[in-house]
Amino acid sequence: MAIEVPVDKWPGEVRSVTIGATASQGGTRSRVVTVGGEKTLPFMHFEAEMPNPPAIAVEIKDRRPDDWSPLLLNAWGEVVDDPALWAKAVEEIGADLIQLSLSLTDASGEATTPDAAVSAVKSVLGASGLPLLVFGPGQAEIDNELLVAVAEATKGENLVLGLCEDKNYRTIVATAMANDHLVSARTPMDVNLAKQLNILISDMDFPLERVLMDPTTGALGYGIEYGYSAMERLRLAALQGDKMTQLPMIVTPGFEAWKTKEAKVGEGVPNTWGEWEERSVNWEILTAITLLESGADILVLRHPESIKLIRTAIEDLMAVPETN
Amino acid sequence: MALTGIQIYKLLPQTNCKECGFPTCLAFAMKLAAKQVELSDCPYVSEESQSKLAASAAPPIRMISLKSNGYEAKAGNEVVLFRHEKTFYNKPGIFLRILDSDSEEEIKQKVSAADSYQVVYVGIDLSLDGFAIASVTGDASAFAKTIQAVRQISQRPLILMSRDAEIMKAGLEILSGENPLIYGADVNNWEAMADLAKEYKSSLGVIETSLEGLADLTQKITTNGVEDLVIDPGGRSLSPALTFGTQIRRLSLKKNYRPLGYPLIAFPGDAGDPSLEAILAAQAIAKYAGFIVIDHFTPASVYPLLVLRQNIYTDPQKPIQVQPGLYEINNPKPEDPV
Ligand code: B12
Ligand code: SF4
Repeated sequence: MAIEVPVDKWPGEVRSVTIGATASQGGTRSRVVTVGGEKTLPFMHFEAEMPNPPAIAVEIKDRRPDDWSPLLLNAWGEVVDDPALWAKAVEEIGADLIQLSLSLTDASGEATTPDAAVSAVKSVLGASGLPLLVFGPGQAEIDNELLVAVAEATKGENLVLGLCEDKNYRTIVATAMANDHLVSARTPMDVNLAKQLNILISDMDFPLERVLMDPTTGALGYGIEYGYSAMERLRLAALQGDKMTQLPMIVTPGFEAWKTKEAKVGEGVPNTWGEWEERSVNWEILTAITLLESGADILVLRHPESIKLIRTAIEDLMAVPETN
Repeated sequence: MALTGIQIYKLLPQTNCKECGFPTCLAFAMKLAAKQVELSDCPYVSEESQSKLAASAAPPIRMISLKSNGYEAKAGNEVVLFRHEKTFYNKPGIFLRILDSDSEEEIKQKVSAADSYQVVYVGIDLSLDGFAIASVTGDASAFAKTIQAVRQISQRPLILMSRDAEIMKAGLEILSGENPLIYGADVNNWEAMADLAKEYKSSLGVIETSLEGLADLTQKITTNGVEDLVIDPGGRSLSPALTFGTQIRRLSLKKNYRPLGYPLIAFPGDAGDPSLEAILAAQAIAKYAGFIVIDHFTPASVYPLLVLRQNIYTDPQKPIQVQPGLYEINNPKPEDPV
């Protein structure tokens, strides 16, 4: 007896957003990455083709990070001392995108200058052909200062600039507009706040084809369920036709997972937590896979092992299954 | 799917005889829809209407409970596709697979470690739910011996795995008085397995690799009088497992399609690549499995899985709450301020 599986026919679809620009497009990237374009929920191949696989971005820093888990530093080795070498290593391991996070200060504790930020970005662009996301240290005023300088010095590269939040979106969007870049619009785990920021950005006449939205997530055990449900609701709203939510979603499971005690601390924790490195990597991959199922288009990861496993998972999820 | 008062009214005699204590059949139907009265209060309902009404009252995904010695692993009774629509109710049971080819020493070591494993997360004790014991030797006495060995250490619910009814019977014999999950019935053995499920009052896992085939098989089995089923549509890697899980959940909730209205069982260890086991188990937690059988027990992967299950099954309307009270945090000493 044939079974009629209920099929969702959605009126809306997610926009496609392309990151990076090759020489013929005014940049220097060896290739571009397009995300989004979904016409149905993640990996429901029986309803609609999923035009672009979710992308893996790998986070690197402009200098050896002060606050990263020693596990991460060991896994990457010496390259963490040089953003250009780190970028090369990231490209070799099979990332789609690089996220360069600028530090608040340099190694001697002096505030990072716009010139230093620009030279870090340029060295990464010189070392790797992957499209690039550049994120400020996360303090609105400093982000503005650094990101504007970076945007101007890399005009035409189609970089993603972040974070673009309610506090600083005007500056970031204006410089992205003037210098042909994209923005990553972040709001704290709330459907309406996400929508509102996207409206503010589009009110500046910035094309939404150049906006990624970051609904924020918590790590596994630290609020992931809020991020998960916010993402499911945003994606459902997009498919139902709400234009202001029809943007690809970027989330940072690497950053969130490696901030947890489970990943950061190796000693003096319960035995029941298990072996430190395996637990930490699992913390990152389980955070990432759960967000992938709820609609993530770009996952920003940190550990080489996570990158490998999540790559395999994405390939598996993109394969159209022979069901029925 | 619950019927409305009007739909129920159409199934009543419509004679307004008042014997139920209400002035009209419609008034009684309304009360019935609100679950404030029992159908048996009306002496005149036809048998046909009775079975229709009973069927409509049943949940779209049947609740299956594996009990043993005070432990319980239950699955099913879910009502939504997305947790934000209401909540997910019954956390999928996580079971560790033990093979009857494992040595006595291996069994002892694996089962004691997994049985006693308990980890505290935000004041909640998390642990595994039970064991799946698989016959791989094809030898009934080896199977029986393994079950005995597991039972000597753990009293948690069990899933017995064999496609051979003789071997299954040997296992069930040992667990007299318990009702483990029998896994399972396929197109070849289903009659014998259904008989065992009846005899031992156990739930039955049903295995078929297409939705149609699976639905045909569950219908044959329920017609034979076994109603407590757990289904396995195959799909051992991420993409097919997600598709099957979603399609079955939708058929149950949107179409009230009974032949597939049962909890799913997932085998993340079957994918072949052991490094993907935790990822597959994570997908099974978020996307609709009722029972999850893993092959490797290491705290470093079980702890995050148990936390994920706790998070996904948190009621979105009531976030994690800690009972008000005094707690020791960070080993306080007498000289510390309160
Ligand atoms: C989930 C979450 C939320 C949820 C909270 C829902 C809820 N009621 O639980 C929502 C989305 C609603 C939310 C809202 C807000 N949040 Co919030 N939120 C988080 C998040 C992501 C996870 C927190 C969490 O639940 N962790 C899981 C639990 C298990 O961890 P925990 O709280 O640390 O507890 C552990 C221990 O500390 C200890 N413990 C803690 N308390 C107790 C008590 C007892 C009795 C015991 C025994 C143990 C114990 O046990 C726990 C297990 O290890 C954190 C960021 C993060 N990743 O930590 C931010 C965070 C806590 N939120 C933050 C903020 C600013 C807010 C908002 C003010 C945002 C806003 N502008 O509206 C609001 C405030 C809401 C409110 N009224 O409290 C900040 C707090 C910054 C600060 N230190 O002041 C954080 C740190 C994020 C950030 N970096 O900006 N948030
Ligand atoms: S007893 Fe039955 S037939 Fe009589 S009024 Fe009530 S519902 Fe109607």
